[in-house]
Amino acid sequence: MSKADTTDAVSDDGVIQSVSGPVVTARDLDARMNDVVYVGDEGLMGEVIEIEGDLTTVQVYEETSGVGPGEPVENTGEPLSVDLGPGVLDAIYDGVQRPLDVLEGKMGSPYLDRGVDAPGIDLEKEWEFESTVEVGDEVGRGDVVGIVEETVTIDHKVMVPPDALGEGETTEVTAVESGSFDVTETVVELANGTDVSMHQEWPVREARPSANKKTPRTPLVSGQRILDGLFPIAKGGTAAIPGPFGSGKTVTQHQLAKYADADIIVYVGCGERGNEMTEVIEDFPELEDPANGNPLMARTSLIANTSNMPVAARESCIYTGITIAEYYRDMGYDVALMADSTSRWAEAMREISSRLEEMPGEEGYPAYLAARLAQFYERAGYFENVNGTEGSVSAIGAVSPPGGDFSEPVTQNTLRIVKTFWALDADLAERRHFPSINWNESYSLYKDQLDPWFEDEVADDWAEKRQWAVDVLDEETELQEIVQLVGKDALPDDQQLTLEVARYLREAYLQQNAFHPVDTFCPPEKTYLMLTTIQTFSDEAFDALDAGVPVEEIVDTEAAPRINRIGVQEDYEEYVEELKADISEELRSLY
Amino acid sequence: MKEYQTITEISGPLVYAEVDEAIGYDEIVEIETAQGETLRGQVLESSEDVVAIQVFEGTSGIDRDASVRFLGETMKMPVTEDLLGRVLDGSGRPIDDGPEIVPEDRQDIVGAAINPYSREYPEEFIETGVSAIDGMNTLVRGQKLPIFSSSGQPHSELAMQIARQASVPEEEEGDDEDGSEFAVIFGAMGITQEEANEFMEDFERTGALERSVVFMNLADDPAVERTVTPRMVLTTAEYLAFEKDYHVLVILTDMTNYCEALREIGAAREEVPGRRGYPGYMYTDLAQLYERAGRIKGRDGSVTQIPILTMPGDDDTHPIPDLTGYITEGQIYVDPDLNSQGLQPPINVLPSLSRLMDDGIGEGLTREDHADVKDQMFAAYAEGEDLRDLVNIVGREALSELDNKYLDFADAFESEFIDQGFEQNRDIDETLSIGWDLLSGSAAGGAQPDRRGPHRGVLPRGHRERDRRRGRNGRGERGADRGGRGLRASPR
Repeated sequence: MSKADTTDAVSDDGVIQSVSGPVVTARDLDARMNDVVYVGDEGLMGEVIEIEGDLTTVQVYEETSGVGPGEPVENTGEPLSVDLGPGVLDAIYDGVQRPLDVLEGKMGSPYLDRGVDAPGIDLEKEWEFESTVEVGDEVGRGDVVGIVEETVTIDHKVMVPPDALGEGETTEVTAVESGSFDVTETVVELANGTDVSMHQEWPVREARPSANKKTPRTPLVSGQRILDGLFPIAKGGTAAIPGPFGSGKTVTQHQLAKYADADIIVYVGCGERGNEMTEVIEDFPELEDPANGNPLMARTSLIANTSNMPVAARESCIYTGITIAEYYRDMGYDVALMADSTSRWAEAMREISSRLEEMPGEEGYPAYLAARLAQFYERAGYFENVNGTEGSVSAIGAVSPPGGDFSEPVTQNTLRIVKTFWALDADLAERRHFPSINWNESYSLYKDQLDPWFEDEVADDWAEKRQWAVDVLDEETELQEIVQLVGKDALPDDQQLTLEVARYLREAYLQQNAFHPVDTFCPPEKTYLMLTTIQTFSDEAFDALDAGVPVEEIVDTEAAPRINRIGVQEDYEEYVEELKADISEELRSLY
Repeated sequence: MKEYQTITEISGPLVYAEVDEAIGYDEIVEIETAQGETLRGQVLESSEDVVAIQVFEGTSGIDRDASVRFLGETMKMPVTEDLLGRVLDGSGRPIDDGPEIVPEDRQDIVGAAINPYSREYPEEFIETGVSAIDGMNTLVRGQKLPIFSSSGQPHSELAMQIARQASVPEEEEGDDEDGSEFAVIFGAMGITQEEANEFMEDFERTGALERSVVFMNLADDPAVERTVTPRMVLTTAEYLAFEKDYHVLVILTDMTNYCEALREIGAAREEVPGRRGYPGYMYTDLAQLYERAGRIKGRDGSVTQIPILTMPGDDDTHPIPDLTGYITEGQIYVDPDLNSQGLQPPINVLPSLSRLMDDGIGEGLTREDHADVKDQMFAAYAEGEDLRDLVNIVGREALSELDNKYLDFADAFESEFIDQGFEQNRDIDETLSIGWDLLSGSAAGGAQPDRRGPHRGVLPRGHRERDRRRGRNGRGERGADRGGRGLRASPR
């Protein structure tokens, strides 16, 4: 059930039979699976996860210290749902969509107390509703009936709830109002008896309906060279970022949240560090949306369930996030969801599963781990919505494999589903090569379907250039094996030169400084120009070598090292033009 | 308060008793044995007729006739500013023959999570006086930065050095009118009496005890008590930091013993084990400790944590360091090879990391040039370290002049920058000056890493196995059996 409801007490109360950490068993509770219940004298929020005889097992979203048998359990009779409506953006929630800023005020303490609840959106705030339908219009499920300016960036579209009508059914609008309303007031009445307000609820474990899933053909441009250039993700695509600790998962996720060209960002901090979430909370309101200069928070909804917050709420926070994402998708927006980290989510499942004494699968994870991961990533995609618009949900999940070992179940089960794989590497990180995405291991299965977009929008030979870079890097990998044994100077000249070209690819192109104001975001045009500059150097250098210039002289030229500065140039076009000319001139002057 | 003589089962540290009233989860229990001894415990699982109790002192001496009393409250820590200068046992009872402690408050030791919205992002420098930390992996207030060590390494000396020397710059400038003083809370879990004596002697000798609270759970104290000690420590820390405005540095040693205790309880309860027999909820459990570090908006104090853990087999893929690394904001590696070379402290800066460093250094915090010096030293030292492998094969003569300079730099860096001794206290200016001298000194004059960049800076996977072990483990002799990270899936 949604916390916005003020349901009258339901009579099917039960009594606690036993308590073990977040798992509570109740007797005589008349409940359905996944119903939300309130547990104990303090009314801790929980969810039904198992029913056996007259015993009902509940996972509790709050700390259960001091809760004992005999205390009541009250059923709400409704599944865990989120409140949807204007106010979801620019908000920060815990895993069950309680707004953390409101909780701080209600609790009067910096600590999260128990048994305090608040609706996901402000029910009293008034919004300016502007209707887009008239009395007599026929509307179907999901159809837009009005618009609210939710933030400076985003117009919130008020829709007929998807469960108000059956598929293909339409009904007549019988009354419409425009003006200032709070989210609970009716703004549109329909002939079938539905009162449409700006507030909807949706059970988190159920995907919102859509008409059709389509093949994604537009990239989610991230402004990160190695991602856009080598391993792009599509709008509506799925990606995994696995890596051991310290390899930069969170920074990569933050970069995507800041610079990806999605309309809406849903950022789920699932079981991660408190200070990291604080950084997001402090930074995002100050940062500008690269698309329009508005505050970044105006397109962002944050869900923060840090590692020390209750484990059951960690299990649900991923669902809360994806349901919010689907709601904005229904309005026709491109939504990107970042989940950091899905491993913590899987561990929450494992913890609860083991408290239920279920038969464990691999490494103690429940046997349904693969199914749950697949269900989650399947809710991403490029969709034709029920109201005829098109929208997308891109899902990007960080994975934290124990010991950095990618053969563990969460990484493996994720890889079977996602189509983009960005492998983070502790060794690159240790050498301070950031982003430390390993170019030999990573892949993107969207490359081919996205190439036409890049060729139309950026350059005709986008795919060709990328292949050149991949070839050079592959060759370097092989050569480095020899270098390790005999040293670089023992290689023939042309191979030494290949290493030099590869070095520019690594240091200028693949490395990108997330903390430099200019380099942090690299538009695809700049990514492309940088690559062509390195290729210019490569072509000219090999020409010089063929003409008999010793490799030491080529390596020692003055102009080429300026390639490393392209990243930090704001007026890069001019810089690149000049640099290419200088490189050619200098190298040609050697012979 | 009801008393029961209804014990039905005793197994390891656990006692099961039948009850006929509601007992709260986590409640405190007293068990009186026939000999008149009183043991304390905590409710692990509560159902209508049976409760499972974990007994802190161990179950020896308990029989079916022992009486069980439920105190009707969860575990509390009596807190007061007067705790400073005191030595307590692992359950928070004084053991130093001092006066009775009159608590100002009794606080629940299971701390509630700090609302992420109420936190303040840590970005103020703590000076430890250790160059390898201050210069290369800076600690900031509100951070949790563990020391990854292994058996036989001088991590205790390092911890004592930090406890003794740590200060916040504003304290030095003398403007502590706002009351933000520095305090150290030391939580020992399962350390030996000998180690404990060393700590205590050092604390007393240097006068550090005055600003410290010491919690001692020794190796022969009950293992189960270890699960309570860090919570006592952190409750005290939070009280001093957020109610009394202290900058509190918490040192927890040894977290490995804590995790062993968790495993022991998990095994006794016949839980489904996770990796290597540790309970599946160990991540959550550790997070509930480590995440109690931080700063809070509108409060002057801060809680900074330095947990110390000894990695079994010096393997950082073992569940304890692994889960810790995923929660903490970086880590400091103590390296057996540097130790055998006699470096004090033997910190390997290359795999070490402080995630919050970038926001905690620079003008107004440490020094304007800090980031530059650090970056150049990292690059030059990494390059020098890399070359040492090659030297073993081809000899120094076969290397270029530049490569030789990198090698010289790496040697000088270790002997002058890292090896400062456990007694020397360097302020940040001194640390950075030594760094500058090394970089600009004749040895590394040509090794300006930002001009040409390290040639072998980054190698693709596969060739790096060996380097990695060297980076983590010294020169690679000991890495052969560490398969964990090598087992990566190949995507293609």
